[in-house]
Amino acid sequence: MSLLRRRKATDSSKSRISNLSFEKDDKKDQYKSPQGRSYSSKKWSCWDNCCWFIGAISSVWWFLLLLYNAMPDSIPQYLAMAITGPLPDPPGVKLRKEGLTANHPVVLVPGIVTGGLELWEGRQCAKGLVGKRLWGGSFGEFYKRPLCWLEHISLDNETGFDPPGIRVRPVSGLAAADYFARGYFVWAVTIANLAHIGYEEKSLYMAAYDWRLSFQNTEVRDQSLSRIKSNIELLVVTHGGKKVVVVPHSMGVQYFLHFMKWVETPAPRGGGGGSDWCARHIKAVMNIGAPFLGSPKSIALHFSIEVRDIANLRAQAPGFLDKDVFGLQTFKHLMRMFRTWDATFSMVPKGGETIWGGLDWSPEIDSFDDSVKKGKNNSTRNTGQNTKSYVCNTKGVNYGRLISFRKEWAETHSSKFERADFKNVAKADEIANSSNCDIWLEYHEMGKKAIKAVADHKVYTAASVLGLLHYVAPKLMARGASHFSYGIADNLDDPKYEHYKYWSNPLETKLPNAPDMEIYSLYGVGLSTERGYIYKVATPSDCHIPFQIDTSVDGDSEDSCLKGGVFSGDGDETVPVISAGFMCAKGWRGKTRFNPSGIRTYIREYNHAPPANLLEGRGTQSGSHVDLLGNFAVIEDVLRVAAGASGEDLGGDRVYTDIFKWSERINLQL
Amino acid sequence: MSFLRRRKGTGSSKSPNFVGSKIEDGDGKKKLFESPGKKWSCWDSCCWFIGFICSMWWLLLLLYNTMPASIPQYVTEAITGPLTDSPGVKLRKEGLTVNHPVVFVPGIVTGGLELWEGHQCADGLFRKRLWGGTFGELYKRPLCWAQHMSLDNESGLDPPGIRVRPVSGLVAADYFAAGYFVWAVLIANLAQIGYEEKTMYMAAYDWRLSFQNTEVRDQTLSRMKSNIELLVATNGGKKVVVIPHSMGVLYFLHFMKWVEAPAPMGGGGGSDWCAKHIKAVMNIGGPFLGVPKSVSGLFSVEARDIAVARAFAPGFLDKDVFGLQTFQHLMRMTRTWDSTMSMIPKGGDTIWGGLDWSPEGQSFNCGAKRLRNNSINNIVQNANLNLADNVKSVNYGRIISFGKDVAEAHSSKIKRVDFQQGAVNSVKLPNLTTSCDIWIEYHEIGNHRIKAVADYKVYTAGSILDLLHFVAPKLMARGGAHFSHGIADNLDDPKYQHYKYWSNPLETKLPNAPDMEIYSMYGVGIPTERAYVYKLNSGTDCSIPFQIDTSAEGGSEDSCLKGGVFSADGDETVPVLSAGFMCAKGWRGKTRFNPSGIRTYIREYSHAPPANLLEGRGTQSGAHVDIMGNFALIEDVIRVAAGATGKELGGDHVYSDIFKWAARINLQL
Repeated sequence: MSLLRRRKATDSSKSRISNLSFEKDDKKDQYKSPQGRSYSSKKWSCWDNCCWFIGAISSVWWFLLLLYNAMPDSIPQYLAMAITGPLPDPPGVKLRKEGLTANHPVVLVPGIVTGGLELWEGRQCAKGLVGKRLWGGSFGEFYKRPLCWLEHISLDNETGFDPPGIRVRPVSGLAAADYFARGYFVWAVTIANLAHIGYEEKSLYMAAYDWRLSFQNTEVRDQSLSRIKSNIELLVVTHGGKKVVVVPHSMGVQYFLHFMKWVETPAPRGGGGGSDWCARHIKAVMNIGAPFLGSPKSIALHFSIEVRDIANLRAQAPGFLDKDVFGLQTFKHLMRMFRTWDATFSMVPKGGETIWGGLDWSPEIDSFDDSVKKGKNNSTRNTGQNTKSYVCNTKGVNYGRLISFRKEWAETHSSKFERADFKNVAKADEIANSSNCDIWLEYHEMGKKAIKAVADHKVYTAASVLGLLHYVAPKLMARGASHFSYGIADNLDDPKYEHYKYWSNPLETKLPNAPDMEIYSLYGVGLSTERGYIYKVATPSDCHIPFQIDTSVDGDSEDSCLKGGVFSGDGDETVPVISAGFMCAKGWRGKTRFNPSGIRTYIREYNHAPPANLLEGRGTQSGSHVDLLGNFAVIEDVLRVAAGASGEDLGGDRVYTDIFKWSERINLQL
Repeated sequence: MSFLRRRKGTGSSKSPNFVGSKIEDGDGKKKLFESPGKKWSCWDSCCWFIGFICSMWWLLLLLYNTMPASIPQYVTEAITGPLTDSPGVKLRKEGLTVNHPVVFVPGIVTGGLELWEGHQCADGLFRKRLWGGTFGELYKRPLCWAQHMSLDNESGLDPPGIRVRPVSGLVAADYFAAGYFVWAVLIANLAQIGYEEKTMYMAAYDWRLSFQNTEVRDQTLSRMKSNIELLVATNGGKKVVVIPHSMGVLYFLHFMKWVEAPAPMGGGGGSDWCAKHIKAVMNIGGPFLGVPKSVSGLFSVEARDIAVARAFAPGFLDKDVFGLQTFQHLMRMTRTWDSTMSMIPKGGDTIWGGLDWSPEGQSFNCGAKRLRNNSINNIVQNANLNLADNVKSVNYGRIISFGKDVAEAHSSKIKRVDFQQGAVNSVKLPNLTTSCDIWIEYHEIGNHRIKAVADYKVYTAGSILDLLHFVAPKLMARGGAHFSHGIADNLDDPKYQHYKYWSNPLETKLPNAPDMEIYSMYGVGIPTERAYVYKLNSGTDCSIPFQIDTSAEGGSEDSCLKGGVFSADGDETVPVLSAGFMCAKGWRGKTRFNPSGIRTYIREYSHAPPANLLEGRGTQSGAHVDIMGNFALIEDVIRVAAGATGKELGGDHVYSDIFKWAARINLQL
């Protein structure tokens, strides 16, 4: 900014000089020779016009910029107020007026993707970028060299750690995840509101970790879990023994589940904190947007690196992404990078058909052919606690089938069609052409028969999807399986559950022995969330990913849950309600085998309301996965608990969906 | 830097262009002016010209951006010859790798501060840096900034409604402002042998507060203890190497006493905490015994640079053309910072010299510019010997003198009037305080007192303290509660358990850690402020009544007295005496200050200015902050971090006469 202004000053002074010299020339010419006029037929050339035009634009621009900078800061606020009426106080200011002050220290656990990563050692192509952010921030350097960026951000395919010669490490401190990119807040609003009631850096801790690694590997490589333990202990000591309030978001929820098991496990494998560590150090865990039981989105990402938005884009501009006009092979590069990140396996749906529904039933829907028509309701959002959130018409939808090939198989009752078994089909019948593809993906080792066999199986549930992934990407899943598990434990006392791979699965671990602790699940509802997919086999070419979401498939009615090949359910756009809510609604409610000490659980749902106008930015009542962190009601709840309130003081559960009804249908031994 | 170079580049390429076009189509231009009908008005030519410049600028910028990154390096190499490897790369080739975790303790001023709560005027600055970074906000609203940076005059903590807190993490002090590195070069070199964030820790603290108050308000000392313990635990029991810089040296001395002291006042780590957790303390530019600069800072907010500026443009700074009263605001702000009092010279006349003697004697050649020389290390050893006798009249012991003649005369010839007796009862002038809208304690002193101060004529390190107590009693009372500047007679006296003594090496014992090593690493070869000649300010009521007398010059070019300041050898801020004495004598062997016989090493780095502009701030600099980019120093640090001992580095490495000077200091050990 200052640079521009300074430049302007020099420019204008220079131009004055030049004007003088022009005039001098001018006069000289007049004195010298009238014959100069013969040249004057050539008038404003195109160049002169261009220059003039650019100059005029720049001058006006600088002038406006100057005015803008000279304007007092309060004017935009006045404008906003004039348009929208007086702004409500942010929750921090409001609660401060109520007399709340900083009480319990707060630990923030960021989720996947939102944490910053920076380069500590790199290859030749990344020279000069040491200490710069590779992920988060401006991403500026990497528009210039995308392949170099991919090379550095990918992990080693075998070990799951950095490739040799590269060290990419998480950024630490509050700056790690306050903003994801410029202007796109993650935790910044929460932090600002906490600061209003007196929090500061000494009472806030951002538990930043490398979200690409499997959870246990963050400890192996960076000692991240040890750091969290030590920092929580320090927070408790420096606050006179007040326990911490932990606020994990998204994948951070699972990371913190892992941490709670790790910290209680004796020293060589765990943190050696003893079985009462959580009881002594943690007041409450306030999970925001928690994918406790995984998210179907991760299936689509693993299977064909597509989610709804990408699939739609592909449908609208089919040539652009697929044909590799520039030879960039964007998708395969992305898929390759993505598949080296072990942490993505933590989001694969857990609990199989028991939780997610089988071929012909799913917890969210009363019965298969039920055509319950809920009233479309614009007015519901205002009427408070009793309203149900409504996303779409579930007629003809079977959420239990996470992946179907072709629409009719998604809708027909399972007794009416045959499914071929794909696992016995040999894969490597046609690998000759794979040498043409310069990017290695496991799909290239699959032959056409195998691809056909996969499609012939027609329908996959949460359980068989795992089999599918194991079949199409065996190496990948083998690495994932050594760090994560997706089942349901029959006997939690089985010594095998002491292995760290079970620690992040709430269905295979017990909660710590901390009866005074509280667990909240705060999540948004009222947004359509991916819950199942319709796939097709892509037009074959050897170097392509052979499966694609079939975006041409739409439901019968306007508001059908099936749109563009994606079945949607209620949720926060990323995590379905069943994943975020089930554990707190049923799995952990009261004393169960998953919650032996009877930790109290609370469900807090936030119905989505889009921002009223552009000035509100991402909205203060949003329910979507990341924007929820700017939702005033969420922040108010967090602040109240941090200032000492209990779940009862907040008003217990706050529910808009049928989560309790749906949980009833899930037949899980407790 | 790069910005300047870029602009210069375009400028030069532009102007020939411009001239050329004038000459070539001189008549091509004129037809534009004379084109009938459409007049080529002044505005048009302005626009044309701006557009032309912009287009050229963008074109060049585009070229610059598409240029491969290696070209500037080629150019540099072509000019200066091949670059030497940075120490990190060099040592990595030798096979050194990450070993001991490293803790950085930044000094005063270099650490970033950010806003967590502020008044109305600081709206929108939440978690923005008030100090360090760009200082962008300072330019826009200076008064608001000064208000937020100041501390409360009584408590020494933040004023109500304001919370300014230190930035944490390595970013706290890697760069002070954009492009001005502090720790960044050292961190980058450590990263080259494998260090990363989990093995490095920046012990950032609020450098405005007194040391104990950082614990009271932010629990900074507890955090440091916990983080060092974590570093040792996560690195398989390997002890840390601590690298404090500048005031961080004193802060870490304080920390070592604090951590061993029992729980209510201290950290309760037990008497062997340091032995268990610290391998070495590598003090960089450590003002162990204070710096004379801080006296002039407290006395009249002047250091050499400001004094010279004032002399050149006397009207500008003093007359308050804009009504800003810059100096009084600055003085007021810095005086609320308790930590500045940790830098007042310690040890009084015993260390700093009395009326007629000083430990340095006359052994530094102030004027001679050392030759820039690649083999400097060979000749510099003897460089101190070619001394002219024009330093004869310098008497460093007199830290403040009123008048040049007083500074040079022998003490028996000076008639001094005791200021404390003579003026204590003088009447306060009522109009002084009311007419000045900025409160400074000087306004409460009457003219009588000011004159009495000047009549005392000469102040040594011992009497300086009395002087400051006299002119600023409240300030010094606050400082006296947190810092002490004396020498202990009996270190076992229980009063020395109070925290105010912990940062004074002359009033504490080192911890019981015989395996620990203490290094003192500092630059030499730069004239450093050591004493001042003052004058009374021709006084308007509201200005600071004392000023450095910049007209006082030594007799010859080479004189140590320049612009009212006597210089001695040092790193531009800290004189050699302060940085080196403790390691040269006070702690050497088993002394009463070092009962367990911790080994000490002195590593001096002779200053060589950068050969050309391309080198930036130089790789052989000895200046107080630039030394952090000195390759020799970085190499020493990396070697120790990778496991070397002081012996393996080669023990002491000395250019100055510090051992001779230390021998002259008569301190009971």
